[in-house]
Amino acid sequence: MSAEPLTPLSASTGRLPQGEEVKQNVASRQQRGKLWQASLLFSVFVGLLVLLLLAWNIVNDAFGGIAVQEAVEVEALTGGRELEELAQPELVAILEENLRSRVLRNLNREQPLAERDAENLIEVILFEIIKPEVVATFSLYDYLFNRAEIEAQLAQDFPRAELEFKSWLRWDFIVNPMSSNPIFAGVRTALLGTLWLLVLTILISFPLGLGAAIYLEEYQSDKIFDERKPVGRFFNRVIERSTSIISTNIYNLSGVPSIIYGMLGLAIFVRALEAFTSGSFFGANEGTTANGRTIISAALTMSLLVLPVVIISSQEAIKAVPSTLRQASLGLGATKWQTIWKIVLPNALPGILTGTILAISRAIGETAPLIVVGASTFIVTDPTSIFSKFTVLPIQIYNWTSRPQDEFRAIAAAAIITLLILLLSLNATAILLRNYLRSRRVS
Amino acid sequence: MAMKAIDPQYTADTKYALEVRNVDIYYSAFRAVKNCSFGMERNKITALIGPSGCGKSTVLRSLNRMNDLIAGARTEGEVLYRGQNLYDPDIDAVQVRRSIGMVFQKANPFPKSIYDNIAYGPRVNGWKGSKAEMDELVERALRGAVLWDEVKDDLKKSGLAISGGQQQRLCIARALAVEPEVILMDEPCSALDPISTLKIEELMFELRQRYSIVIVTHNMQQAARASDNTVFFLMDKEDRAGQIVEYGPTEQIFQSPKDERTEQYISGRFG
Amino acid sequence: MADQLRVNSDPRAALAGDAVKQVDLRKRPRIGETIIQTILYACGFISIFTTIGIVYVLGQESLRFFASDEVSLVEFFTNTVWQPVIGEFGILPLVNSTMMVTIIALMVAIPLGLAMAIYMAEYASERVRAFLKPVIELLAGIPTVVYGFFALTFVTPWLREIFGRDVVQIYNVMSAGLVVGILITPIIATLSEDALSAVPSGLRQASLGLGATKWETAIRVVVPAAFSGIVAASIVAMSRAIGETMVVALAAGASPQFTFNPFLPAETMTGHIARISGGDLSYQTIDYNSIFAIGLVLFFMTLTLNIVSRMIVRRFREVYE
Ligand SMILES: Nc1ncnc2c1ncn2[C@@H]1O[C@H](COP(=O)(O)OP(=O)(O)OP(=O)(O)O)[C@@H](O)[C@H]1O
Ligand SMILES: [Mg+2]
Repeated sequence: MSAEPLTPLSASTGRLPQGEEVKQNVASRQQRGKLWQASLLFSVFVGLLVLLLLAWNIVNDAFGGIAVQEAVEVEALTGGRELEELAQPELVAILEENLRSRVLRNLNREQPLAERDAENLIEVILFEIIKPEVVATFSLYDYLFNRAEIEAQLAQDFPRAELEFKSWLRWDFIVNPMSSNPIFAGVRTALLGTLWLLVLTILISFPLGLGAAIYLEEYQSDKIFDERKPVGRFFNRVIERSTSIISTNIYNLSGVPSIIYGMLGLAIFVRALEAFTSGSFFGANEGTTANGRTIISAALTMSLLVLPVVIISSQEAIKAVPSTLRQASLGLGATKWQTIWKIVLPNALPGILTGTILAISRAIGETAPLIVVGASTFIVTDPTSIFSKFTVLPIQIYNWTSRPQDEFRAIAAAAIITLLILLLSLNATAILLRNYLRSRRVS
Repeated sequence: MAMKAIDPQYTADTKYALEVRNVDIYYSAFRAVKNCSFGMERNKITALIGPSGCGKSTVLRSLNRMNDLIAGARTEGEVLYRGQNLYDPDIDAVQVRRSIGMVFQKANPFPKSIYDNIAYGPRVNGWKGSKAEMDELVERALRGAVLWDEVKDDLKKSGLAISGGQQQRLCIARALAVEPEVILMDEPCSALDPISTLKIEELMFELRQRYSIVIVTHNMQQAARASDNTVFFLMDKEDRAGQIVEYGPTEQIFQSPKDERTEQYISGRFG
Repeated sequence: MADQLRVNSDPRAALAGDAVKQVDLRKRPRIGETIIQTILYACGFISIFTTIGIVYVLGQESLRFFASDEVSLVEFFTNTVWQPVIGEFGILPLVNSTMMVTIIALMVAIPLGLAMAIYMAEYASERVRAFLKPVIELLAGIPTVVYGFFALTFVTPWLREIFGRDVVQIYNVMSAGLVVGILITPIIATLSEDALSAVPSGLRQASLGLGATKWETAIRVVVPAAFSGIVAASIVAMSRAIGETMVVALAAGASPQFTFNPFLPAETMTGHIARISGGDLSYQTIDYNSIFAIGLVLFFMTLTLNIVSRMIVRRFREVYE
């Protein structure tokens, strides 16, 4: 393509590439672009990889192998039979043979052995005599791919131990209460605490957040007091100023670290309002040593934490309702509140609910403020009222992760999976709810 | 391979800077323009006119492959430039746009200084030269767009901080700075006041000596007074695809149109 | 019946009747509406109470802290030892390790998040974007304690594998910093993507129309145009990193140390607050008061960053409106 030269602006300094040069220039630039594009894509893959590693890391710990060593082997105890095959009197006999008299006396005082059922007796036998002990824990990867090595090691260190597959996440784990032995420990108390906290936080933050959002979106410019009187004008001015402060303030609050909310909760709800939050004012003293460190304190703290996000997302949802709808309603002589209640809110509800649930599911994963507010790390009693002591899943995860033993790490991973499943189902609920409400409005 | 792309009939003094042959343009399944053939003469101004939605912008964008940026847009047929079909798989869109520049309906200066707006094109296109030479290039481009006298003291000012008409001329200057051969303009004056419009029209006449210009316009007077050739598009009522009704020297189109629809449109009776 | 018919048949009579009826258009007090509006206003006002509460609580306890004989304001901000047991209250080691974590985190998150944002805004097809957005949201939605678990059980062993066990301690700033970086990457990615997508497409077309390649357009036109948005995103992310607690509490160690070696353990401000308040804390002790003083510093650091980022965003918006 020997084209004639372009007519340059002036002959002296035409320094742009010409002719064949252009082709080379463009080709090299295109190539550079492709390289950069590849490196961008690489970054995206790094992100995906991290997510996969995170998931793998959890699964790797939550499942795997354990080496169990029993103080006394079942076979030796029963003469080769399974415990489940034995009749109740035989179980009692085993206990009476193998336990010291003091222990037996204690057990009998709780409930006479003869009166207990087989299931209970087996439990006691396991706990008191057989005492299965996890002597080593292995990750899923080691269990699957380094089997030979593990077994050699075990044979040397714990010849009597048996290697078996272990899913730390199992039904028992969900329904068992806390225990200092990781084998028996479960998340029941924490799960219940989390659910209590979830419900209470929704109950507190949803109406408050929605109210604030409605005010900010719909009533910003409306005067509460009579404009015709100077006093009314003055108060209207005050409210107007404070409203604009509220708006910016909400954004700033949404950026405050969550641990600071925890400190606020500690000073206000746990300490200053202790009479109310411990329930003693209402005569509902649990007899625990909870002080103000109760579910209600935690829920109030969490509500303050999520409030800015609930307000902002509700505002967005309200904003998305077309103003023509409002005008139509007002044009028919409806009052402002009638318009909001009958037109704006029903239309905005799907968005508001989704936003609220998403915000609160964030809060459910929060740990730091609850540490400060004083969630218990070790309790075995289920929460029964808003004035109960409590623990929650993230606190348990934190607590177990910070222990050095492998077994605790494994149950921490199992608790993480429980928490993530809970969060995912919350999010799924939010989405389903939104779709349901939307479809109902259309038909 | 590259040889195949070159039209054997092409010579340096072919009449047309750009030529469109049997072009159909689709947006996904919708055919927006059909069976379009016309040429744009060298160092002339070609005006594309027609009612709204008939595909003028679509055709204009196909001339330097700006349609590539729209997902689902597809061009069939040939657009010939220097004997090469721009839609040949070998052709690099970046090279095409380097030679066939574009000025948009809405002035879109970069949020940079006036100077950097102009220098941007040469810089990305591998300009080699000293700072002084760049200064000179910027000045020439601004003079070329008749903007120099208005902004020469404020080259550091943001390109967004000047009037709409000045912004549009800045965009033209910016296009000139990469020394294209053809300049495409899509309703460059639609957002401007009459005086700015007049300035840009005068500018086009100046530029015609060095460049070939294609302009889309809704303004009949503008087409009549500021163009050499005119292409009139109309939407086919049946499949809503735009097509060419008539094309020829502006004088002839405006004074003795061959097609009665052209006559009606020009006299403002429909569209 | 006959009467009715007659009335209906005479339109003028009907009109005259209406005109006689008085319509009162003056304002009527609507008590219900006013009450509702007041209640709603009160809901909004809670946010102001929250802010006042935070400032009051942090301020009051900090005052008690500084009023005690063991510390002075100067010592607090200049002493490089934090050891409450021996009465040393210098916040510098805590601030220093917080800043180290933050800087490491930003060094991870800015390139990674920005690259993701540019890819999504400028290159990804609709389909790819529809896949990536939820993935990024997923990353952002994972509880921070899970990231803490990841830091301690995955990143730390991995670092120790690479750099050697004697170099990298079990608890170290590096691991915490890297993971906090991962945790804030989604913030930078989504906020920057918003900023990049908000750049008018006219600018992209102008640049491409001048013969620039896609990459040149992205990096020389779109990114500079969205620059303030990107800076604001990074500042928001920085504020998140400073306030992040669980990762540092789990992975960075529990001893306040003034060190610049990222492989050593060093407690951050948030980590310290969490540890002290997680223990059996008795009120009215200097330990209790001290965490509020740290909280106050933390609060002002993050508040300043958030205000700055909002100012930048606001200025950015003005450019195109
Ligand atoms: N990006 C797009 N995606 C899908 N269809 C498009 C797109 N752009 C234009 N069209 C369609 O193609 C047809 C031609 O549009 P075009 O913008 O080319 O018209 P036009 O002649 O420039 O109109 P106007 O004078 O109003 O600018 C129209 O029917 C339009 O709806
Ligand atoms: Mg158009």
